[in-house]
Amino acid sequence: MAASGEWFTSTTSPQNANDSAVVDLENGEDLSDYEVNFGESGSAHQFSQDKQKSQFSQGEPENAQTHFRENVTAFMWQTGKQQAEKAWSLYGNIDILRPYFDVEPFEVRDRLLHSLIPKRPREGPMTTPGELYGPLMVVFSLIALLLYGMKSSGHTVQDGTLMGTAFAVCFGYWLGGGCFAYFIAYLSNTRMSLLQMLSMMGYALFGHCIVTFLGTVLHTDAHLLFYVLWGVLGGLSALKMVVVLVSRTSGGRQRLIVCACVAALHLLFLLYLHFAYHQIVEELEGLGNHPLMPAREAIPSLPEAVNDAHIKSLDVNQD
Amino acid sequence: MSTSARNADTADFHYEQLDQSIGELDLEGDIMVPGAASSVAAAADDLSDPDTLDEPVLATVVRDLRAVGVKFRHVFYPRRNPALLRDWDLWGPLLLCITLAALLRRDGSDDGGGGGDAHFAEVFVVIWLGAVVVTLNSKLIGGAISFLQSVCVLGYCLLPLTIAAVVCQLVLLLGSSESVGLFATRVIVVAAAFAWSTFASTAFVADSQPPRRKVLACYPIFLFYFVVGWLILSHAR
Repeated sequence: MAASGEWFTSTTSPQNANDSAVVDLENGEDLSDYEVNFGESGSAHQFSQDKQKSQFSQGEPENAQTHFRENVTAFMWQTGKQQAEKAWSLYGNIDILRPYFDVEPFEVRDRLLHSLIPKRPREGPMTTPGELYGPLMVVFSLIALLLYGMKSSGHTVQDGTLMGTAFAVCFGYWLGGGCFAYFIAYLSNTRMSLLQMLSMMGYALFGHCIVTFLGTVLHTDAHLLFYVLWGVLGGLSALKMVVVLVSRTSGGRQRLIVCACVAALHLLFLLYLHFAYHQIVEELEGLGNHPLMPAREAIPSLPEAVNDAHIKSLDVNQD
Repeated sequence: MSTSARNADTADFHYEQLDQSIGELDLEGDIMVPGAASSVAAAADDLSDPDTLDEPVLATVVRDLRAVGVKFRHVFYPRRNPALLRDWDLWGPLLLCITLAALLRRDGSDDGGGGGDAHFAEVFVVIWLGAVVVTLNSKLIGGAISFLQSVCVLGYCLLPLTIAAVVCQLVLLLGSSESVGLFATRVIVVAAAFAWSTFASTAFVADSQPPRRKVLACYPIFLFYFVVGWLILSHAR
């Protein structure tokens, strides 16, 4: 009898192995039912139930584990596939933007140069490119230069970082200012698309880049150099925009409104850039410090002084 | 009783043989999955899909670290190697980015708390966002390079700048930041690292661009490394 017992074990053992290795994998019905259940109520509760089941079913632990693994894999695969499809559709949408970046290096160079050279208006509207590579690069350059200027002037921001501020200022001006100018142009019946307006204002920022760079590198005690650069380079790029806008607008009053708005926006932004981030350099120079040192080290007692003043004012209020 | 016992014995003998023969069967092989790459191709190209299910963790880690090391070596000696672009990974960039951000982290004490974390986050975000912007730009002007490949190359090419940051930190430990000589040393080190980073990454990325537009793809890379280099240079304890 003992021999027959061995007989049973020896016959069943390869079959068992077959069961766990092959039949489970190919058992499509069972698997699909299980999968549907899991998919329908794929909550954490179901998840934990499955886990418990797999832990407590001591009879066929391998079966339960295989099922569990299969289900988790299927669930992960489904979720991952959805995410990947979403990402892929987003990635495919890059192609929509591609025409605006279809540009050659010499075209960019010419447009950058011509943004500082106003031409005499001819008959008919002047051609304006609707391209975004150049403006985007100009804005990024301006961000890099602002960061340079901010770091060297020790401009510190409490709620945020220098990079964030530079990003917000530059993109805020380019996109916000561009939309505002487009709105004004729309009201004044200017024949210009938003894309052309953004492109024109972006290229006009090239002058700002030069002025900011020169102002940071060659800053002097007097603001004379800055004002000269502001007048010449800022004025030239503003004039270029004015010429383009005049050629595309009809009616004297409308021309005046749209040109004044755009030119004022353009020139005031340059003034803001200079005086918000650059002026502190001169104060530091007056103290005889290295311009690369942060302002905090130059004036270590400033926060304490402010705190003292604040406490004093509180005391006064309490009195 | 005796016949049944004999029968059982023969059956036992028979099945023992069967069991042995099954045990000797070669059960190894590849599971054919429809839709997956064929096993022949996988066997031919060992690097693309190695069987790593049953190898020890140490072997995996060592293999990955070796792959990272090979890429580091390629940054120092940039060669046109398409295999390098194909086996991209993000471990090296992550490692370099964290190292750089930790090095450039300013002590929070003089900021009144929180300043150090903000600087850490700033460097981290600048590196990843910059890499993303540069990559998107190269895609938009028509480059034939995948997104993560480009991020990988840009991240690995931060290696010279990371070394420069370490050197600058050592220089800062030597003396105060006001000394002109030490400041000049830092400028030279960072400028050399910046040039090397830009050169190495353009060597990899420029190949995938249309020939006439290489300048357009290289300018953002230049700007990106310039900003990172400036962050390193302007960091003063």
